Amino acid sequence: MSLTHFFQHFTNAIYLGSLYALIAIGYTMVYGILRLINFAHGELLIVGAFIAYYGILIFHLPWWLSFLVAIALGAFVGVSLERIAYRPLRQRDAPRISLLVSAIGASFFLQNIGLVIIGGRHKAFYRPPFFAQTTQLGEVSVMNFLFVIPLVTLLILGGVFFLVYRTRTGMAMRALAKDYPTARLMGININRIIAYTFALGSGLAAIGGIMYAMRYPAIHPLAGVLPGIKCFIAAVVGGIGNVPGAVIGGFILGFLEIMGIAFFPHLAGYRDAIAFIVLLLILSFKPTGLMGEQVVEKV
Amino acid sequence: MGKRFGVLLVLLAFIMVFSGTGLADEVRIGVYEPLTGPMAAGGQMTLEGIRLAHELYPTVLGKEVRLFVEDNKTDKAEAALTVSRLIELHRVNAIIGTYGSSLAMSGGPVAETAGIPVMGCSPTHPLVTEGNDYYFRACFIDPFQGHIMATYAYHTLGAREVAIIQDIAQDYSVGLSHFFRQAFVELTGDPASVVGMSSYQTLDTDFTAQLTYLRGLNPDAVFAPGYYGDVALLITQARELGMDIPFLGGDACEAPEFIEIGGQNVEGVAISTHYSADAPVTEESTKFVEAFYEKYGHAPSAFAALGYDAYLLILDAIERAGSIEPEDIRFALSQTEGFEGATGFITMDETGNAVKTGVILQVQDGEFIYAGSVEPQ
Repeated sequence: MSLTHFFQHFTNAIYLGSLYALIAIGYTMVYGILRLINFAHGELLIVGAFIAYYGILIFHLPWWLSFLVAIALGAFVGVSLERIAYRPLRQRDAPRISLLVSAIGASFFLQNIGLVIIGGRHKAFYRPPFFAQTTQLGEVSVMNFLFVIPLVTLLILGGVFFLVYRTRTGMAMRALAKDYPTARLMGININRIIAYTFALGSGLAAIGGIMYAMRYPAIHPLAGVLPGIKCFIAAVVGGIGNVPGAVIGGFILGFLEIMGIAFFPHLAGYRDAIAFIVLLLILSFKPTGLMGEQVVEKV
Repeated sequence: MGKRFGVLLVLLAFIMVFSGTGLADEVRIGVYEPLTGPMAAGGQMTLEGIRLAHELYPTVLGKEVRLFVEDNKTDKAEAALTVSRLIELHRVNAIIGTYGSSLAMSGGPVAETAGIPVMGCSPTHPLVTEGNDYYFRACFIDPFQGHIMATYAYHTLGAREVAIIQDIAQDYSVGLSHFFRQAFVELTGDPASVVGMSSYQTLDTDFTAQLTYLRGLNPDAVFAPGYYGDVALLITQARELGMDIPFLGGDACEAPEFIEIGGQNVEGVAISTHYSADAPVTEESTKFVEAFYEKYGHAPSAFAALGYDAYLLILDAIERAGSIEPEDIRFALSQTEGFEGATGFITMDETGNAVKTGVILQVQDGEFIYAGSVEPQ
């Protein structure tokens, strides 16, 4: 492999890795605060993308406005999901496994309602010309996505940090993450903070979905399944609950997928297998993920 | 316990009696197609043609024809299940389906075991009908399609070195890629003229690594025998990587989505397919195109035409057999000779494949334009 090819592969890996990182942040944030794996996260990606799609197609909104509306409505869908699928269980002190099953149910529900309302055929997502613009640097083709996606990822990372560590709501979220009953005793309105968390996580999912749809402009109601699973795994490898860990996990997965083919082009069909064998190795050495905390059970 | 079980048995017996077996004055035709999932466009286009045919020819032997449509969800396990459902629940006399060779190869054995004939509309992989006496098809098979595109690449494009990128999860794609390679090597006489092969899997969206690899091999053209959604994304990414060389596809690229998703990037892409509304071949084609416009308001795809023909072929077989018994239909289907369909004159060979003319389409100004026909070898 020549150097220019390596740089091209490197560029490709950054597109993919930063996209995975972006989506994994939302996954890990909800888990870090609520200890709930929101399996409907992949579907929330697609909900966001479809709202943005129809905002442009039916309501003729300018693309940026449509994206903003999609993020807001995506957050709303997330909060409603929490209200319908998770809160009733939580209030009856259901075990975590029931919440998990409820999350999987919500995921299937969103997929199928999408198939009924929208139909199963691919839709071509609108790409603002600026984002997909290509520049040739020697023999390496570089799209503006190379800067846009990592920039959005960094902004979100900063935003989440600011919110969690510098605001009162963030303080309440951290308290919740430590201990529900005590947080409640301290006068924190648990339901409201959980709703905030879901709004934030789903808004992030919508951003991730829109970015994903711009990069790969063919969306359908089942398109969220694969990125959803992959980014969940990225979050676990990074240490689920840890936001910088999710970013690192996302980049690792992206680089593994691209570099696996770059170095073993004849095994291209086994791309996922190569990537996941490496991920398994990482997990077998660091079972809580790269940045995950060792959970110490206090007696 | 025993009593309750007895009640259940009686209920079951009732259901079985009334689920349609006794209605000898109607013909039940099952349809299994991918109406959702990554191949939804293919299944839905085919269904348009089947529904139109049913509307135009609603009776056979004086009996009313009823359609039972099942969605196999682009899922191989689901494809086998839908065939079972059509046979056991709906008691169909014959089945039409399905877009997607892997799906057809999954449904085929179920129908064979039950002894129900299936008329394939567009599954082109040879193994769909080979070794299965109950599976027929209205389309040509992939060795011919590989030959069409290899000839096109060699003679029309003047390509001497080509690369192939296939969907390793689809029998259709792996098969077609193999036959293309064979045909191209035969033309050049040099096994090294296929300079590179790469693979991806259905539902993948990122092809940049494979394409960067192929780009480094400097082929004159790339053959991408995948399904429309994947190939449109793939060609888009190739253009973004600065690959300006021609791309070629198979019949699974023919879908409006291919052009909607690919936009400017798929301009000039040539694909092989079964039929073009711009080049009617029989009287039935003209009738079909007119009726199709009237019903749907747009030009029919090759898959709509094949769905239409699949339905007509079954009706023709029933008429010639003078019976709606699955076994009689099967025998009559195998004897089909010179049947005039919308996609051409159809004769079944001993394996149950139609031997037919192939069509080449090229994307020009956002539309598939007829670019020539290729006669069978």
